Amino acid sequence: MKSFLKYREIWLLAGIVVLIGLISTRFPGFADPANLRQVFNDTSILMILALGQMVVILTRSIDLSMASNLCFTGMVVAMLNAAHPAIPIPVLIVIALAVGLVLGAINGFLVWRLNVPSIVVTLGTLTIYRGATFVVSGGAWVNADQMSPDFINFQRAAFLGLPVLSWIAIIVIALFFLVMTRTAIGRSIYAIGVNPTASVYAGIDVGRTKFIVFCISGMIGGLAGYLWISRYVIASVEVANGYELNIIAACVIGGISIAGGIGSVGGAVLGALFLGIISNALPVINISPFWQMAISGSAIILAVVLNARGERRQGRIILRKAEAA
Amino acid sequence: MTDTPAPRHIPDRLDKPLSSAIFSWEALLVVIAVAIFAVNSFASPYFLDPWSLSDLTFNFTEKGLIALAMALLIISGEIDLSVAAIVALASTMMGMAVQAGAGTPVLVAIGIAVGLACGAFNGLLVTRLGLPSIVVTIGTMSLFRGIAFIILGDQAYKGYPESFAFFGQGYAWWVFSFELALFLVAALIYWFVLHRTSFGRRVFAIGNNPVACQFSGVRVDRIKFILFCLTGLMSGIASVLITSRLGSTRPSIAQGYELEAITMVVLGGVSILGGAGSILGVVLAAFIMGLVTFGLGLLNVPGIVMSIFIGLLLIIVIALPIVWRRLREGRFA
Repeated sequence: MKSFLKYREIWLLAGIVVLIGLISTRFPGFADPANLRQVFNDTSILMILALGQMVVILTRSIDLSMASNLCFTGMVVAMLNAAHPAIPIPVLIVIALAVGLVLGAINGFLVWRLNVPSIVVTLGTLTIYRGATFVVSGGAWVNADQMSPDFINFQRAAFLGLPVLSWIAIIVIALFFLVMTRTAIGRSIYAIGVNPTASVYAGIDVGRTKFIVFCISGMIGGLAGYLWISRYVIASVEVANGYELNIIAACVIGGISIAGGIGSVGGAVLGALFLGIISNALPVINISPFWQMAISGSAIILAVVLNARGERRQGRIILRKAEAA
Repeated sequence: MTDTPAPRHIPDRLDKPLSSAIFSWEALLVVIAVAIFAVNSFASPYFLDPWSLSDLTFNFTEKGLIALAMALLIISGEIDLSVAAIVALASTMMGMAVQAGAGTPVLVAIGIAVGLACGAFNGLLVTRLGLPSIVVTIGTMSLFRGIAFIILGDQAYKGYPESFAFFGQGYAWWVFSFELALFLVAALIYWFVLHRTSFGRRVFAIGNNPVACQFSGVRVDRIKFILFCLTGLMSGIASVLITSRLGSTRPSIAQGYELEAITMVVLGGVSILGGAGSILGVVLAAFIMGLVTFGLGLLNVPGIVMSIFIGLLLIIVIALPIVWRRLREGRFA
């Protein structure tokens, strides 16, 4: 029992249950399975983005360009769909994954081959990818009436009682869980975060692993690009502006240490769910949505304070050491 | 027995050969700035006019003021992502004060005090609780701007007094705006503090090895706390300027400034890993960013496309010396 309580995820889960309980006292329908399914579906995109960010943060790096990648890939896919409505959706998803992969690989290459700190690389590509969105679209929007019905409805189709979007999230979560706990690359990612120097002696190619990690986050960004655009049915340069910090916030609340090496798939998912529940609940319990930002900010600070107690094994200074490898 | 050796003169710093000055980061930045300047003056006939050059400075003075303090913070190995949110919160508080009938001196005092208080809050969280600053300030970024959203919602504060407009719109002398004058004075002060005082030395030392600093008797936490306060203070000052320039406050004011300020700092040659950098570099980087955005603006390039150039500039300028070193090492290895 005691070892069970050691897991951060259990505490986070308990916090979420308490949160849902509190909301239910104001709005009894919130804890309904139907409503909770809706919350899960609404949070799906943030969850998969948080997972993509998680693998990057685990290696003591950071990817600030995910939201811009999402914006660019979403625009490319939407324009393709507007111009050639006949392209089937699975092909478009593969294209989204590929475009995202290329953008992620650019980040990864700069980090791996040129040894530029990831925060600098992705700060640069954050503005470049969003600017590129403007260049490919000429500043125009792609509206709902330009998208094919398939494009919009694919992720909304119900399958075994859940929308396809939720299933995609579940598949991504399962894949990440398998990779992080059952494969060598998952082990390497944790090892690099815990001790990059020891990882080198253990035969792990730190640079190459970081490259792979950025490719993963890029692909996730691309996938989320299609999902985001088809969900909110508008593609513009402003899509997901500033969302990169929400993604990192979900990771932080989920107990993923910015110093690398600590964090789990369950944590990232729960962290995203926590933010999703707050944003879903505020309107129904009659709190102005303008409170959302301050509440998630407080949640982040609280989460860092709580997580720090578990991590204080040694003094780590993130920015200095984060890139030392 | 008492014959102690005469105290030897230990040089404070090594003599720098001329070549190191020529190949320094700052020299590279000067070359880039001159190049952009030249291209701009050929590309647009409106560029080489004192007044349009003066307008150019408004592109970077507010962010530049924040970048000065941010440079010290990053050199010490920390970072503050909440600066733009501090600007928003300080501006909102000034707006509230205007509604209550406050005059210009009170407004300025409130803007600066709110900035300082926010910086102190960040500093306390980082130094007292030992939390990583990148995460703490992502949190306080949401918190500070969130408070501005709670107070303002989708409203805006207007009706700032006439005299308040001077800070963002007034001119100190001829074409030199008050903002530019303030930026240059602040740059001088920061240059002096960072490069000519023991405090500045300690900032570098902390960035290079905080543990060794601690054991050498440097009060690491206290200095970091001061640096967070300074960053907050500069954000408060920037908030006064931007609020005065725009004449209104919305909760979305100064959105994205944190990344631009950090870009300036990194472009200025400050190591994001801490321990290295110079104020001259940051000032040059601020000018370069102003030149790029203004020059492209004169050519009717949209702001979002300019950001591509800024992003490319950032990556190329950081990557170039690394590639150069690799090439040379490759040749001599």
